[in-house]
Amino acid sequence: MFDRRLIENFDWGFVVLIFLIGMVGLVILYSALTAGHEASTVHILFKKQMIWMGSGFIIMMIALLIDFRELDKLNLFIYALCVGLLISVILFGQLGGGSRRWLVLGFIRIQPSELMKIALIISLASVYSNSVSQMGLNFRKLIKPIILCVIPFVLIVSQPDLGTGLLLLLIAASITIFVKVEKRVFYTLTGICLSAIPLVWFTLKEYQKSRILTFLNPDRDPLGAGYHIIQSKIAIGSGMLTGKGFLKGTQNALSFLPEQHTDFIVSVLAEEWGLVGCSILLMLYFILLFWGLNIAYNCRNMFGSILAFGVTAMIFWQIFINIGMVMGLMPVVGVPLPLVSYGGSSVVTNMVGFGILLNISMRKFSSN
Amino acid sequence: MTGFTKNPDRDWIKQRLIISSICVLFVFALLFFRLVYLQVIKGEEYRLQSEKNAVRLKSIKSSRGLIFDRNKKLLVDNRPSFNLKIVLEDAGDIKKTVKKVADLIQVPFDELMEKIAQARKRSFYKPVTLKGNISRDQLAIVEAHKFDLPGIHIDIEPTRHYIYKKSAAHLLGYLGQINSKELKSGKYPKVKSGDSIGRYGIEKSFQKFLQGKRGGRQIEVDANGRIIKVLKTVEPIAGLDLNLTLDQSLQKTAEKMLENKDGSVVAIDPKNGDVLVMASSPSFDQNDFIGGISSKKWKKLISDPGKPMNNKAIQAEYPPASTYKILTTFAALEEKYIDINTTVYCPGFLKYGNRVYRCWKKPGHGEMDVISGLAQSCDVFYYQAGDKIGVDTLAQYAMGSGLGKKTGITLENEKKGLIPTSAWKKKRFKESWQGGETLSVAIGQSYNLVTPLQMAVFIAAVGNGGTLYKPRIVKTIEDSHGNLVKKMEPEITGGLPASKETLDLVKVALLKVVHGERGTARSIRLKDVEIAGKTGTAQVFSIKKGEKVETENLEYSLRDHAWFVCYAPAQDPVIAVSVIIEHGEHGSSAAAPIAGALIEQYTRNYMIKEEIME
Repeated sequence: MFDRRLIENFDWGFVVLIFLIGMVGLVILYSALTAGHEASTVHILFKKQMIWMGSGFIIMMIALLIDFRELDKLNLFIYALCVGLLISVILFGQLGGGSRRWLVLGFIRIQPSELMKIALIISLASVYSNSVSQMGLNFRKLIKPIILCVIPFVLIVSQPDLGTGLLLLLIAASITIFVKVEKRVFYTLTGICLSAIPLVWFTLKEYQKSRILTFLNPDRDPLGAGYHIIQSKIAIGSGMLTGKGFLKGTQNALSFLPEQHTDFIVSVLAEEWGLVGCSILLMLYFILLFWGLNIAYNCRNMFGSILAFGVTAMIFWQIFINIGMVMGLMPVVGVPLPLVSYGGSSVVTNMVGFGILLNISMRKFSSN
Repeated sequence: MTGFTKNPDRDWIKQRLIISSICVLFVFALLFFRLVYLQVIKGEEYRLQSEKNAVRLKSIKSSRGLIFDRNKKLLVDNRPSFNLKIVLEDAGDIKKTVKKVADLIQVPFDELMEKIAQARKRSFYKPVTLKGNISRDQLAIVEAHKFDLPGIHIDIEPTRHYIYKKSAAHLLGYLGQINSKELKSGKYPKVKSGDSIGRYGIEKSFQKFLQGKRGGRQIEVDANGRIIKVLKTVEPIAGLDLNLTLDQSLQKTAEKMLENKDGSVVAIDPKNGDVLVMASSPSFDQNDFIGGISSKKWKKLISDPGKPMNNKAIQAEYPPASTYKILTTFAALEEKYIDINTTVYCPGFLKYGNRVYRCWKKPGHGEMDVISGLAQSCDVFYYQAGDKIGVDTLAQYAMGSGLGKKTGITLENEKKGLIPTSAWKKKRFKESWQGGETLSVAIGQSYNLVTPLQMAVFIAAVGNGGTLYKPRIVKTIEDSHGNLVKKMEPEITGGLPASKETLDLVKVALLKVVHGERGTARSIRLKDVEIAGKTGTAQVFSIKKGEKVETENLEYSLRDHAWFVCYAPAQDPVIAVSVIIEHGEHGSSAAAPIAGALIEQYTRNYMIKEEIME
């Protein structure tokens, strides 16, 4: 089953790249953790993150073992399993911060909405690989993909977790546009989305509306998101070209930054390492995304190509939304930065994604 | 399978991938230029801002809603308290500054340093409270030396104040600082760490109305932490005010009469379920909880055998004793085991099997019918009735009358009491029900347990013709400008399982308890108001057969509990009262006079009000 060619084709460069980003992430995380916590807590949290990264790595290796084409056959099963988990999280999930996102299975807590991202990418790749054509997809061919998207979206939004729900839609939209839809279809769908905005507005929670309004007018919420964005910009800007130095960021150390070890971690990097540090991280991310697209490019199997594109799109949106938010280009949304932000479920999901990319990469020559 | 080794689609897909790469490159260029803009073009400016980062957030606490009684008498408000705070970043030589402050306000230096040590890891810029609620003298001396004390400032914060010390403490409740677990639970979305939340009583049940919303300021400070300019202000929104159904002056009377006793008094308006009085003794001082109760005081409170932290009106469960005979009468009349003509001869005891069940009146009551039996509380009459009815039918009537379940009052930790059935005993003790036990149940002396509030709701229903109301404690909720936000309508939870004829008979008997020649509560008769009620004496200690014990010699904790439940005026009641005095021994002497006093006061005021209305 495991022939030599697979090992020969193993994508060492990609693994090194992930390792490098992970290292950069740990360095910034250490800075960010020291600011808001006591030494002993920093130690515990840092160790926890290392454990997650380690287990993420193992999961990535497991994701390599099964030929990715098996995922094509199993796609509906995986999808149904994840939808089942989403339903059970609503029924029996653990309450945290006012919403039910966590499912407790013995000693592990999982966040099914994270797994759902991967499941949806697999399902869409499977559907589209059979219906793709240069003419673009028509409405009839889009019925199934739309149903596949709407079910998990509704379930995730009702947790409520609008951020992850929208991320799911963005990923699905990227894949759909990638495989091309008819012009007519494209304009109609865009029209529907635009006209749905006012509708969505009324279903938003008060704090969500406030975040969006604050983005449009930072003076609106001078004690909350507005203040955070101002302080985050001060942190980033004050890093200047070369930064203030490791552990020397004043904005970070004096707790002007909110959530500096999760969502606002880029401000810590920017403050302590300056434009130089930020450019290095941006460069690494760019290579990562480019590498992902290249894997899609080289794959001889349509399912594999679309799957690789989908996983890359997932990583891309997280990076763009997180960095854009911290720099004040976007409203405040809680999306973690891949491989850098503190938190277990994000690490695991992204590692599964990387595993899938590696998997496609080393089997790129097999067409069927 | 759509493999595409030789598929023209493959080139097409490759082309789309190249376009995708260009999109990614474009987005990254955008991010990069944004970075250059922030870090290079505006970098100098931001660096300066970060160095003197002088913009601070200062939160402004909202004031919690006020609580009034039914006559708009203020019960709970907020008073300003002065808190001495320090911002470490601005304090210069912290030890020196703190030493100066300690000397000025005459507080041990170590105590203040400890506060700083606890808060230090949080933030250098956030103010740390050195001492909360300082006196006016301390305030004056700190203000006078303000310029010698860098980083020190005084914050005025509204603090909860309970105007009538110890009064209605269980009903009103108290506050406590929110802990990290509660913050994480998501139950208190508008509350921040350091805020107080309701921990008991109305303060807890109505937290979301009372809390209001925090405001805050963005302020610019100078190098010494003094405010140069207020940049932006978000005004706090005050919490909503509650208008209770409670009558403070009546409450006060009840509490005065409960002084040095253990027990509870509940008074209800039979027309709508309004709680007029809810007293529980011993009580506690809610003001002790402001700013955290000292562990010494807390230990004293929870180790007190009188259980001052328990709201006995809803949390203490007692055998209902003879007050339960009202219920047995319902069952007996409705199930037609007796009627108005049925008589029973009471020789002072009843032989049942090989046991002798005694009547409380040793020489016996003689010939008893249903009215005299209830009015004189003849045990033998009810032994016989109970035996015919059976425990499970009795339980049905009790449940139908609102016993054995919560009344639904909006207070936490209400107890539901206990109504025994044969199935319950089987489950609880794995034994079958004994016929003799039914006799005890019929006179309210067995496993039955009720709360004083349940009995108040029950007797109010007897008085108003059979309607069970959910006890209401808050009448209306208003905003701080007096605009009505919410009105709580009276809620009917059910009706007594008794026909009008049955109720009328019972009411005649209950009137005789007070106004009859041989009633058990003759001592509380009033000149111009007719009271109908029922006494009860709940055994704590069961006296064994043939044993003679003089109650005066009995240890306090083994003495009987005294019950009295009543309503007045008998024909068209405006108040129903339920009183229990733990170890008070006799309902007639220990409990009834309290009810009498409340009725006298309330009906007098009520009549005056009616006259004014006319």
